[in-house]
Amino acid sequence: MKRLCFVLASLLAAVPFVATDAGAGKKDDTLVWATDRDNPIADPFYLNTRELVVIGHHVWDTLVIIDPKNSEIKPLLATKWTWVNPTTLEFELRKGVKFHSGKEMDAEDVAYTLNHVANKDNAIANFALLNWIKSAEVIDAGKVRINLNRTFPPAIANLAGIGFIMQKGHYDAAPVKPDGKKDFGAVPANGTGPYKVVEVKPGEHILMEKNAAYFKDGFKGEPKISKIRFRSIKDSNTRTAELMTGAIDWIWDVPKDQAERMQANPNIKVENAKTLRVSFLAFDTQGTSGSKLFADKRVRQAINHAIDRESITKNLVGPASVVVHAACHPDQFGCSSDVTKYAYDPAKAKALLKEAGVAEGTEFDLYAYRDREYTEAVIGDLVKVGLKPKLNYMQFTAWLENTRKGKTPAAHGTWGSNSVPDVSAITAHYFLHGPDDLVKDPEVKKLIEEADSQLDPDKRKAVWQKALALIAAEAYWAPIFSYAKYYAFSKDLDFTPTSDEIPQFFAAKWK
Amino acid sequence: MLAFTVKRLGIALLVALTVSLVTFSMIYVSGDPAIAIAGEGARAQDIEAIRKFYGFDRPILEQYLTWLGGALQGDFGRSYTLRQPVADVIFARLPVTMALGALAIAFALVLAIPLGVLAAVRPNSIADRFALTVAVVGQAMPTFWFALTLILWLGVYWRLLPITGSSSWQNFVMPAIALGYYVTPAIMRLTRAGVLEVLSSDYIRTARAKGLRPMTVLFKHALRNAIIPVVSLAAVQFGFMLGGSIVIETIFQINGLGYLAWESIQRKDLPTMQAIVLSLSVIYVLLTLFADLLNAFLDPRLRVT
Repeated sequence: MKRLCFVLASLLAAVPFVATDAGAGKKDDTLVWATDRDNPIADPFYLNTRELVVIGHHVWDTLVIIDPKNSEIKPLLATKWTWVNPTTLEFELRKGVKFHSGKEMDAEDVAYTLNHVANKDNAIANFALLNWIKSAEVIDAGKVRINLNRTFPPAIANLAGIGFIMQKGHYDAAPVKPDGKKDFGAVPANGTGPYKVVEVKPGEHILMEKNAAYFKDGFKGEPKISKIRFRSIKDSNTRTAELMTGAIDWIWDVPKDQAERMQANPNIKVENAKTLRVSFLAFDTQGTSGSKLFADKRVRQAINHAIDRESITKNLVGPASVVVHAACHPDQFGCSSDVTKYAYDPAKAKALLKEAGVAEGTEFDLYAYRDREYTEAVIGDLVKVGLKPKLNYMQFTAWLENTRKGKTPAAHGTWGSNSVPDVSAITAHYFLHGPDDLVKDPEVKKLIEEADSQLDPDKRKAVWQKALALIAAEAYWAPIFSYAKYYAFSKDLDFTPTSDEIPQFFAAKWK
Repeated sequence: MLAFTVKRLGIALLVALTVSLVTFSMIYVSGDPAIAIAGEGARAQDIEAIRKFYGFDRPILEQYLTWLGGALQGDFGRSYTLRQPVADVIFARLPVTMALGALAIAFALVLAIPLGVLAAVRPNSIADRFALTVAVVGQAMPTFWFALTLILWLGVYWRLLPITGSSSWQNFVMPAIALGYYVTPAIMRLTRAGVLEVLSSDYIRTARAKGLRPMTVLFKHALRNAIIPVVSLAAVQFGFMLGGSIVIETIFQINGLGYLAWESIQRKDLPTMQAIVLSLSVIYVLLTLFADLLNAFLDPRLRVT
């Protein structure tokens, strides 16, 4: 027995404890926000997660920034910008902006960063958003020129979204991996933004501290909260529990039922805000999946009529969700809602199916990956008009592989446009004959290409309208709704959600 | 004895190799790792670039052999997402998981052995029924649900313990209880059966006949022999806990090996997943070996043979 106790005691003696926890909340002037994802580095170019886009906008600055209130482009590191011609952009830079390292930001840094990201070999994670950059050159210390490899009207919007400016030579310090390539993502963060990174601890947190030297007259204003700590907490129940105890101050992506219950808690504020993510059904019009069902336009139109979008939006998604009719988000530039709108009409849907010769109880495979309850609501509506969709619910990677190989007769997809408030970020992605285009309509392609060669916003809008009208008339998609997000945060926090899903903690303060 | 040990080690090595080969192939069956690394917003170009960058375009066998070659020299490669050598990551997180496992097994033993003894001394009494209830509940209740219940009462309502993190000993109380309770039933029932059996043996009768106090008979003579199979079971359960702590570490956000495994699976971080599976299977094999040695330490009779 003594021996057994000895064994137990030695097991316990091996337990290591290290205390590093920072505080949370108003009393510690530390805003702790948590999501389910671990972010082991802070560099948004080398890990494609929403959290790092958010951290990116706190630690770095972009040349310009989009005001999520009205989708207008506002100055940030650049004070002025002009299209010299359709493939040349020039930016005049703000003076007196300093990196966290103390060095003043100038045109050399901007050109260095843009040339780094434009180089395919440097493999930034979101290359497709910046691959229109051919090169960047310094005109003088306060002026930089970007040469485009093609006309690309959303260029400025994309720079505003993820064009974070690094200090010249930043990636020179990258450690070399055993395969001889440089590990760019491992370089410690150094930006010009309102917060600087103090510590990155994989599996635990990214700790940021107020940058007291941040320029006060810019869009982001002066940061107010001393410390921001990002924590990764996998389990949504645990996140909720921690919010209730005050160990964390801010969470999002709260499930609707939990959000509604949390509203009763006097210490927590719950808000529902819109996002750019759109939910839609995409059909295999080419018959590559082996099913010819959706080659018939009337079947696609019938499905459009069968889905009760209003009900899904109102009862399942949340108050900030809106019904979507065009193949884009209504808030995106160029997204016209002046297209065929398929009203909820099960009788008409049935008639169309009958006309197309589709028998009652016809089965087809429906592939989905994201919110199962939304897909099930759609299936419920389709069953009501006599169709029998079979749900294939899977991980995103498997879903994407199946759709890209053309194996999905119908796919329930969602797209967040990487927060770019421009129609081409979604519609061009799905209809410009890329790997996610299940339709490959040459007419649509021609219109999109024509639209995106227009620099004049009004002309561009007009051509986009034609493309979107054609997509809707052909019912290539059944657009359903836009996502809405539930945010829950401490009552002490003065915070306003934005539709670009980039929470502005730099503007937040304690009440 | 030496031949036996060598044979056991050889089998262990083969087990580890097989495990690594099977996981390596399973990772590819579950989807394209390049898509997983690129993330949801990525486009075809990004994914292609990543595929080339990480060498996923090479034949699978070649990728496996390259990895195996490195692993044999103690080089498990670099984690795709953590940007550190995998060996460093594992050595940093293993102690946390070991601590959790040790606390959990300690909790299980402290709860299960007295209950088991009590149940054996008074079979079919109220105490026995109570012990049986504890066992049935422990076996039937899902770990994650029990964990959430603990969080709700001890963390949210009563505010006695911190919910997440691994910075103080308080952080380990709830996870250790949640994890340990799951193995309590098995240990308790084995203790009960062992003590019952021993109590009816001849030498116990002799001890009683000598006029020894009942407590002395029970603890000094009966339990010492009854406990031996429990020790092997506990060692094996400890191995299970290291692997099974994935759920608990995820719920309580403990930055250990289980959480790392979960993260790596989600990110398709192949080198990390490989190394975790390999280290866990090696630990498991070592633990079974350790259980035998521990038995010998506790029971002098075994040392002779």
